[in-house]
Amino acid sequence: MRPDLQFDNNGRLKHFLTIDGLSRQTILQILDTAKSFISVGQREIKKVPLLRGKTVVNLFFESSTRTRTTFEIAAKRLSADVINLNVATSSASKGETLLDTVRNLEAMHTDLFVVRHNRAGAAHLIAAHVPPHVRIINAGDGAHAHPTQAMLDVFTIREAKGDLRKLKVAIVGDIQHSRVARSQIRALKALGVPEIRVVAPRTLLPTAIERLGVVAYTDMRAGLDGVDVVMMLRLQLERMSGALIPSEQEYFNLYGLTPEKLACAKADAIVLHPGPMNRGLEIDSAVADGPQSVILPQVTNGIAVRMAIMAIIMGGGTAETQPRRPEAAA
Amino acid sequence: MSLAIRGGVLVDPANRVNAKRDLYIDTEGFVVAVGRAPRGFKARRTIDATNKIVCPGLIDLRARLREPGLEHKATLESELRAAVAGGITTLCCPPDTMPVIDTPAMAQMIQSRAWHFGYAFIHPFGALTRDLKGQQLADMEALDDAGCVAFTNAMAPVTNTLVMRRAMEYAASFDLSVFLHSEDPWLKADGCCHEGEISARLGLPGIPEAAETVAVARDLALIDQTRVRAHFCGLSSARAVQMVAEAQRRGLPVSADVTAHHLHLTEHDIGYFDTQCHVQPPLRSRRDRDALRRAVKQGVITAICSDHQPHEPDAKLAPFSDAEPGISGLETFLPLTLKLVNEKLIPLPQAIALLTQKPADILGLESGRIGVGATADICIFDPKALWTLTAASMTSRGRNSPFLGTEFRGRVSHTIVGGRVVFENGKFPLGR
Repeated sequence: MRPDLQFDNNGRLKHFLTIDGLSRQTILQILDTAKSFISVGQREIKKVPLLRGKTVVNLFFESSTRTRTTFEIAAKRLSADVINLNVATSSASKGETLLDTVRNLEAMHTDLFVVRHNRAGAAHLIAAHVPPHVRIINAGDGAHAHPTQAMLDVFTIREAKGDLRKLKVAIVGDIQHSRVARSQIRALKALGVPEIRVVAPRTLLPTAIERLGVVAYTDMRAGLDGVDVVMMLRLQLERMSGALIPSEQEYFNLYGLTPEKLACAKADAIVLHPGPMNRGLEIDSAVADGPQSVILPQVTNGIAVRMAIMAIIMGGGTAETQPRRPEAAA
Repeated sequence: MSLAIRGGVLVDPANRVNAKRDLYIDTEGFVVAVGRAPRGFKARRTIDATNKIVCPGLIDLRARLREPGLEHKATLESELRAAVAGGITTLCCPPDTMPVIDTPAMAQMIQSRAWHFGYAFIHPFGALTRDLKGQQLADMEALDDAGCVAFTNAMAPVTNTLVMRRAMEYAASFDLSVFLHSEDPWLKADGCCHEGEISARLGLPGIPEAAETVAVARDLALIDQTRVRAHFCGLSSARAVQMVAEAQRRGLPVSADVTAHHLHLTEHDIGYFDTQCHVQPPLRSRRDRDALRRAVKQGVITAICSDHQPHEPDAKLAPFSDAEPGISGLETFLPLTLKLVNEKLIPLPQAIALLTQKPADILGLESGRIGVGATADICIFDPKALWTLTAASMTSRGRNSPFLGTEFRGRVSHTIVGGRVVFENGKFPLGR
């Protein structure tokens, strides 16, 4: 399977699987398109007809509330028909293979699958085996990628800070198990962020993380020193049992984002979190609800960004353009 | 049938032969002359080996044939055919069949089934512990009598160090060989690829180098104490190779092999989740691959094996970590080794020795050489023939190979087992 699996023969984005291989230009085009969709959410009638008559299946092999809901809202605002399937509790538990599940849904003439799976590479596998007219969006695959989350993060940073090419960004938390962090690093790189730091104890940092072009810090205060953006990650509670961290208290003391630690960053630094937050574990409520937090705008932006990605890979365009007529069936 | 093989270059490392020599084989399947025909010898058949290499039949230290237990993947018959299509005349079968080879009956059944098909020989390995559970010792002496040439727990770890010590002591009592797949199960955990650049990038759970070195260190300490004859299977890391080399210098009775694919592929070949590159132990860094190649060149590693693991297509059509590990390797065993010659890493006689004499020495077998009186297990190949591996061209039931589409130089034309031509230019003349 190749990274260029997500492009068609003309180099147009066909699936959205990973930020890897996307140019700065493509990313900016998505962000600009997303910007045009922001206003749709503020209208009286929150719909554009770009995906009218299309069927979108949210295929979630792993539970999710926020991501699935925002994808659902995004698809509905584009006028698509949306079906939510929580496969964690259906076919997979009956022994059906991943590809069989997809083939069955495909036979129901689905146009777009939004896939979340707990195994790295699942979205790539599906994309490599669906017929040419079916589109795939990766909504998170194992610890590999969560590209729409990364897109909404950079959208939010761009809204607050403008050009990213002068920013210092710190990503804090469980980098090792985080698909969000891996996609964020790629998106920030592609947009020319000159300094990306990752902050965590060595147990939560992948070996060879520096090969991704980031600088690792184990001391959070040093890691936050002078940064413009702080991107917090969620800590899964099961990490304690894996002997990766000693206790919640110790983690909060060392890596919890408190107002005092945030003071190491620039005075106008912004704070992001992909949610759901563990207040008092990785982030102090005073920061989460404080003036530097852009956590709620992230959620709002997430809808516009996902609308943009769906519209672009389905061959549509911005909110102003009309939907392309579907090609006549042969 | 008496047979003459004429005009080829005989490469027989055990006898230090690398020259044009004709071979004469009697009706009983033994070599009766090398060079000139014995007086009065009448060949019923003559094979013209002009421009070809004639060498001992290849010996593969590790091939899963999937029978008994996993016949939906492959069968003894299908894989024995694939073996001879790859020039292999002797195969070793690890005991992790279902049921496990921990009784003489199982060992005999596999050998007699192989005998019945009549392609290549199978030497089963006996289980080191009962049902490979790592708790009770298997009946090693009885298994030895039933034809098991070595003892191993295969990929199942013996986590209890005391059990491993006892197993080695017991094997040493009867001068039996122990084959080790040294890997620490705790450090491996749910890992599915090398812990390094690619695991960091793809978010795949990694297997650290220490999973191998920690286990090799433990096993070397026990070998030092028990003095058992031991063999490390499929080393994957530079550091583990160093440790084994150091032990050899100290005079410990240890040998080691490497799989053919570990000498060519690295973690980078996984690319974007190519499940054909999901193998155990994992493909590691370029530095590790290069160290394995050096170890082969310098003689620390003395055998190459195919580590053949045929799968049905579905086994690889899954997310990387869920895909079953292994490569269908019988038919790329010789070509991948010849590639080392074409890449000027080692000379041809050394390459042939790694596939014949050396594995025979590790097993304590007399095969892997062509002298007068030897059983006529012979491989004939055209070292210049160019061909491309395709799923359709494979004889094995398992078409799972990362080398599909790869062009190779060097192709087997004839395989002779016990004086009988069992493979000839893509056909199986004795096949049913």
